[in-house]
Amino acid sequence: MRARGLFIWIWLLLGLGATVFAAERRFPPPEFETDYVMPVAATPEPRSAAMQYVDLAVLAGGLGLATWLALRRRSRKGLIGLSIFSLVYFGFYRAGCICAIGAPQNVALGLFDNGYAIPFTALAFFILPLAVALFAGRTFCAAVCPHGALQDLILIRPVKVPAWLEAGLGLFPYFFLGAGLLFAATGATFLFCRYDPFVPLFRMNGSFLMVGLGLGLLVLGMFVGRPYCRFVCPYGALLRMAAAVSRWRIRITPNYCTQCRLCEESCPYGAIREPVNLPSTPQALAPDRRRMGRLLVLLPALILATAWLGSRLATPFSKLHPKVALAEAYHAPDRPAAPPPVATPDSLALARADRDPDGLLAEAVAIRKRFRIGGWLFGGWIGLVLGVRLMALSLRPARNDFEPDRSACLACGRCYTYCPNERVRLGLLAPEALPLPPATLAQPPKA
Amino acid sequence: MPSLNQPSSPVSRRDFLRSGARIAGMTGAGALLGLMAQRAGAVTHVWQIDPAKCVRCGRCATDCVLEQSAVKCVHTHAICGYCELCTGYFEPEPNALNTGAENQLCPTAAIIRKFIEDPYYEYVIDEQLCIGCGKCVEGCNRFGNGSLYLQVRHDRCVNCNECSIARVCAGDAFRRVPVDHPYLLKTSH
Repeated sequence: MRARGLFIWIWLLLGLGATVFAAERRFPPPEFETDYVMPVAATPEPRSAAMQYVDLAVLAGGLGLATWLALRRRSRKGLIGLSIFSLVYFGFYRAGCICAIGAPQNVALGLFDNGYAIPFTALAFFILPLAVALFAGRTFCAAVCPHGALQDLILIRPVKVPAWLEAGLGLFPYFFLGAGLLFAATGATFLFCRYDPFVPLFRMNGSFLMVGLGLGLLVLGMFVGRPYCRFVCPYGALLRMAAAVSRWRIRITPNYCTQCRLCEESCPYGAIREPVNLPSTPQALAPDRRRMGRLLVLLPALILATAWLGSRLATPFSKLHPKVALAEAYHAPDRPAAPPPVATPDSLALARADRDPDGLLAEAVAIRKRFRIGGWLFGGWIGLVLGVRLMALSLRPARNDFEPDRSACLACGRCYTYCPNERVRLGLLAPEALPLPPATLAQPPKA
Repeated sequence: MPSLNQPSSPVSRRDFLRSGARIAGMTGAGALLGLMAQRAGAVTHVWQIDPAKCVRCGRCATDCVLEQSAVKCVHTHAICGYCELCTGYFEPEPNALNTGAENQLCPTAAIIRKFIEDPYYEYVIDEQLCIGCGKCVEGCNRFGNGSLYLQVRHDRCVNCNECSIARVCAGDAFRRVPVDHPYLLKTSH
C-alpha cells in the first residue's frame, strides 16, 4: 500500500516525527487473508536457577576436599588435580562468574541498598571460604579459587621477592578491598569485577586493556608466584585476616622439625618463616615495647589523619557513580544549550536528565553524602592498615621451627616433600637416616 | 619444678588471643549472615533492558564485555504493522523499496524482509547477524509501531556481577530481573 508509505514520508519531511516521539503503535495490525502465522519472538532461557545449587555444592565440596588434601592427606598432587578441576569449572565453564572475589561487593551493596536483594549464592560464596579460613587457613586459595589455580599451575621458575617489597606490595590488597567496598556500598561500581585480569581470559573475550593486563600477569606469574593473589586480591586480604587466627594450620613437617633447613627455599610465595628465639633477658625486648607503645598512642592520630584525607577524596570518587556523573554533566557551565543535530549517547543521557533535573540532583547529592561518610571510613581503614602493619614490626613471635606464616600461606603443599620427616612418612626415606628430635624442641605430633 | 609464680597454663597467651579473635570473627560472620539472610533473594537475577526506557543510544553494541554483544534486537510481530515502507528496515529516503543493501538501515543486513500478501511484508531478525546497535529500533519507534526493541539474549549473556552496558546506558534502562522472568517483552498491540 503505497499510500501509507507516502503518508510517512510527508510526516518525515515535515519533521513532525520528533513531536510524536513517545507515540508508538501508529498503524493498525494487519488483517491477513492468507493463512499466515505470526512468528513468536524466541526467548532463550538463562542458565537454570537450579544450577546455582550445583555451583554451591561444587564450592562446598571443593573447600572440604582442599582442606582434607592440604591438612590431612598432605598431597600436593591431589591439590594440583583439584586446582585443574576448579580452573575448568569455576574458570572456563562458569566464566569467572560467580566468584568469591567479587562477592564482598554484593554483600556491601546488599547491606546499604535496600533495593538490591543479594542472591543467596553470592552470600554463600562470600561466607563459606571465610569460615573455612577461620578454622583451616586459606585452603580456598590453594585449589578452589580459579584465579589462584591458574597462577599456581603456570608458576615455573619462582623468583624470591625481597621482604621489604613483599611487605610493601602486600598492603595493596587491603587498600583495594576498602576502595571496592566503598564503591560497591555506594552503588557506584564493582571495582573488583571491572579490574579482574583473569575473567577476560576465562571468557576469551574482553577489553584490550584487561586482556593485556591478564596476559601480563600470567607472564609475570611464571616467575613471581601468584602475583594477583599476593599483591592485588581483595578477597585474599579478607582471608589473610581470617587465616591469621585459624584453628588449624599447614605444617611443613608431619611430626617434628629437624631444623635441616631443606624447606627454607621451597615456598614460592615467601610464606615460610625461620625459627626465632626469644632473647634470654626480658630487657632486650624493651625497645620493641617502647616502639609498640608509641605506635599504639599514635594509631588514633594516624587513623584520624588518613580518614580526613579520605573524606577529601569523596568528591572525586563520587564521580565514578553514573548518576553523579550525569548530574555533574547536566549542571556543568559549558553544557551546550541545544542538543547536537545527531544524537550522541551523552546527549541522550542529558535529555533524560532534562526530564527531571531536580530529582536527579537530589539523588546525586544523596549519593555524594554517602560517599563523604564512606570516604571517612575508607581513609580510616587505610590508617588502621598502615598502623597495624607498623606495629606488627615490633612483634617478636617465638618460633622454634620452620613454619609457614598463617596468613601468607596459600596451602599449596609444595613444602611437604622437602621435609625429610615427610619423606619418612611416605616411606621414601629410612627413619634411621634422620637425626633424632632435639629434646628441647621435640613436640608431640599435632593433627 | 615450675615456680609458683608462673603456673603452667595449658593455653598460651597467643593461643588465647587467637581463639578470642576467631570467635569474634565467627560471631561477626554469623551476624552478617543473619542480617543478610533476611534480605537475600531466593532467586538469582539476570540483566534485562526495559524497552520503555531504552533511548537507542547504540552503546549496547559497543560496551558489552562480549566481542559480539549479548544484546540483540527482538521483534514482536503482534505489534508490527507489516508496513511496506518499514522505517526500521529502510534508510530515510531509500532509492527503492527493495532489499538492496544501499536501502537498508541495518549495518549487518540482519533483518530479513519477506512478502506475505499485498500490502504486507514480514520482517524477521537474524540473530546471528544482529549486533544490537538499535538503529532499526530507533526507526521503528520513532515512526512506526515500536515492535522492534532491544533485549539481552540469555543464551549469550554471561550475567556479569555488574553489567558493563548498564553502567553506561544513556537511558538507565538496564535492571536486574528475576531469573524466572528473564525478558521484558512487548506483548499486545
